Amino acid sequence: MRIALSVLAAAVTAALIIILNTTMLLPAPLGKLLSPQHGVWQNAEKANEDFTADLKFPQLNGKVNVYLDERLVPHIFAEQENDAYFVQGYLHAKFRLWQMELQTFAAGGRVSEILGEKGLNHDREFRRLGMVYAAEIAAKEMERDPVLKAECDAYTAGVNTYIEALTESTLPVEYKLIGYKPERWSNLKTALFLKYMCYDLSAREDDFEMTNAKSYFSSDDFTKLYPAIQDSLDPIIPKGTTFPTQKIFPKAPANADSVYLNTKETVAVENEKPDRGNGSNNWAVSAAKTKNAAPILCNDPHLGLNLPSLWYEVQISTPAFNAYGVSFPGAPGVVIGFNDSCAFGVTNGGRDVRDYYEIQFKDDSRQEYLFNGVYHSTSFRIDTIKIKGKPDYIDSVAYVQLGNDWCPVMFDKAYNGGRTGNTKNYAVRWTAHDPSTDLKYFNLINRASNYTDYLAAAVYFKSPGQNCAFACKNGDIAMRTQGNWPAKWKGQGDFIMPGTDTSYLWQGMIPQDEVPFQYNPERGFISSANQKPVDETYPYYIGRNYPMYRGFQINRRLSAMSNITPQDMMALQTDNYNALAEMIMPLFLKGIKENELNNDEKKYLDLLKGWNLRNDVGSKAATIFETFWENFQDTVFNDEFAKAPKVIMHPFESSLLEGLLKDSAYKFLDNINTSQTENLADEVTAAFKKTALELKKAELAGKLDWEKYKATHVDHLAKLAPFSKTNLPIGGGVHNINATKQTHGPSWRMVISLTKETEAYGVYPGGQSGNPGSKYYDNFVDQWATGKYYTLWMMTKGEEKDKRVKAMMSFSKS
Amino acid sequence: MKFITSLILTALLSFAACLFLPWWSIAIAAFIVAVLIPQHVGKAFLTGFLALFILWGGLSFWISNSNEHLLAHKVSMLILKMDNPYVLMLATALIGALVAGFAALSGSLLKKNK
Repeated sequence: MRIALSVLAAAVTAALIIILNTTMLLPAPLGKLLSPQHGVWQNAEKANEDFTADLKFPQLNGKVNVYLDERLVPHIFAEQENDAYFVQGYLHAKFRLWQMELQTFAAGGRVSEILGEKGLNHDREFRRLGMVYAAEIAAKEMERDPVLKAECDAYTAGVNTYIEALTESTLPVEYKLIGYKPERWSNLKTALFLKYMCYDLSAREDDFEMTNAKSYFSSDDFTKLYPAIQDSLDPIIPKGTTFPTQKIFPKAPANADSVYLNTKETVAVENEKPDRGNGSNNWAVSAAKTKNAAPILCNDPHLGLNLPSLWYEVQISTPAFNAYGVSFPGAPGVVIGFNDSCAFGVTNGGRDVRDYYEIQFKDDSRQEYLFNGVYHSTSFRIDTIKIKGKPDYIDSVAYVQLGNDWCPVMFDKAYNGGRTGNTKNYAVRWTAHDPSTDLKYFNLINRASNYTDYLAAAVYFKSPGQNCAFACKNGDIAMRTQGNWPAKWKGQGDFIMPGTDTSYLWQGMIPQDEVPFQYNPERGFISSANQKPVDETYPYYIGRNYPMYRGFQINRRLSAMSNITPQDMMALQTDNYNALAEMIMPLFLKGIKENELNNDEKKYLDLLKGWNLRNDVGSKAATIFETFWENFQDTVFNDEFAKAPKVIMHPFESSLLEGLLKDSAYKFLDNINTSQTENLADEVTAAFKKTALELKKAELAGKLDWEKYKATHVDHLAKLAPFSKTNLPIGGGVHNINATKQTHGPSWRMVISLTKETEAYGVYPGGQSGNPGSKYYDNFVDQWATGKYYTLWMMTKGEEKDKRVKAMMSFSKS
Repeated sequence: MKFITSLILTALLSFAACLFLPWWSIAIAAFIVAVLIPQHVGKAFLTGFLALFILWGGLSFWISNSNEHLLAHKVSMLILKMDNPYVLMLATALIGALVAGFAALSGSLLKKNK
């Protein structure tokens, strides 16, 4: 009897363990998760954690000392350069492993392994875009360069050394919560991460949307809604600059008008897009314009704001170079920063480097495709996508050779991006598929000591193309709109192109010596803010859709400034002045029919009239303007777009603004659904009345102040709310230099004054540790939100005893 | 006396086992102690229960306290949908207690009670 009871009690114990160790009955394996010696408690880092360590690894060749300062920024001092990359990999893994791996899973189309079936669409799309194909080409190219190979091998070894020593209890908390384990790192994963940045920064085209817009609108309307050039554009390279003699002459096919530019075909696919706001500001002012007679370089890349942050601050000091700045957890080197001689930063080039071609397969088997009048054999890539809790999904992607390039047929009958009814096949030609060694840019710019070094480094930046800013202690400043840019004829790649012969293919890349650049310009500064880099006199066609109001404002301010201090530059980076509002407000105020407004509406109008045009914290008028501008665009265009295909390009914001400035009887003001003809006054008043209703709601909820209305938040990468920071008190907006939107904005702000003793400032909305259980997880966020900076400490030998050093990690050969 | 000895032994053995083995090794620890030191079944259950309640409750409090409860605030929101570190510690203690309690019960039933 007792034995039977004993067995019963044992069975209850076993059942309890199974329930608490799995997710069969519970939402989480609570026993495993809450065990104080294994689970999440182990991730609760001591508030006074001492990071001091003495580590020995066989892969090292010399001694490396890492000094962690009070903000947990590592200052890596290595006797051998590659040892520094080993340690950088080790530290990235120690502080950011989960994010590093997640980003490569996202890049390689493996999200379903973690998230289950809801990740499948993303995974198929990314594999069909050829992300893994691109990373394989890049990894191969990287490993062909012995210097880069050694650098990446050391970095990978550093990451893996950390991963191998992990135990159940030391796993990052997200692995425990989601329930999986990290894989080994590889150079391919580094390449995958870099391809993710290519996606983020160079996959923002609108070919499908524009194709449908072209088919829906008359050619006249199309030109009004999507003009090739904007009047108020202030390009990166000032208007009137003479460009070098053209060497490549892209020629439009003879039948371009009839079978391409004027066709009315529609498309029924939709693709995943990076945020349109992915952009940045950078500028450098010459010594003549600064108080200390030394150049100042500034950079703030605008990207999705997440925790853990995309960036990790680091100083790397080796016998060959000494660089400080932000690095990507996932890749070796410093990306944006400074060294003992110069400072460097980038903004996104934003050109259209991803085009689609319609492919004619012989039949549904996709075995053969028509090209130049002959059927050729397709090559297939079979993708096995693992799905958590489900059988694998097998996708076969056809690759066709267009000219010299093998391109994936991303969309076909089997995949349309979530739309139905697609029967066509679209292959994608993307510069990210071409071999390049972009890491070499970081490798060389980290050790650059003058303009010549900068030039030698910049040519390696091919994808994603960037506006590379540079400033040097000797007084040089420079900007190159660097990248692998297809030399296009006018209109090439704006829409889906025929893919059945050579005539529509890219005819070459713009030669390096024709890449627009500026070196010590007379105006005393260089700047870029993702606006169109050149005016119409540039010989190549580079697309039509670029943001321009930030660039306009930056150039206007820099032109007017003199005797500049680093503090002035910080104020400029965090400036909330709304240049778009400045241009449109007079028209609004002139147009609005005040006699038709009720009391609430009048109250809001009065606030708007008194606005200082700044999207500042506490500004109610900024909320009124931004809501009004949205509603105004809808009021003007919703009637024209009511019957448009779902996938369609919305007019550029500047189209409406410039259309009205040119002609206040702008054609689209008329509501085509009414018998009378509406004018500016009618539309402004109608939009304002609609706006007032929304504002009233916001006011009742206590959210009329701009920062409350906008409610900027920095989300955890897996969207776990308790690991996120919400409702940050920060102003700014899309058309402000401080381009802080709801979940997107300046992901790193940096100001470097190249005086004899470099004066450096920076801040990012995150923290050095990726562990939500660490006080270093999000400790920079409030500083960032309030527009304050940290002084960046370029530590030198002899400062080891400085009070800013909180711990020393010593790495040596075992 | 037996009770106190068993309680301390269970806690110590559980702690040691968890240094090398998965979390559920606490059940083995409680079971072994209950077999080695026979007690009345009710007492045996209480021994295992209390030993792990104290061990896991104590450990989680000690860890969380030196973390200034930073993570416990967040994880209690995540798992329990309420912002209360102490409820998370209580949940931790109860889980360990229940598993060890039943394991001890099973162990004591194997031995004839004096």
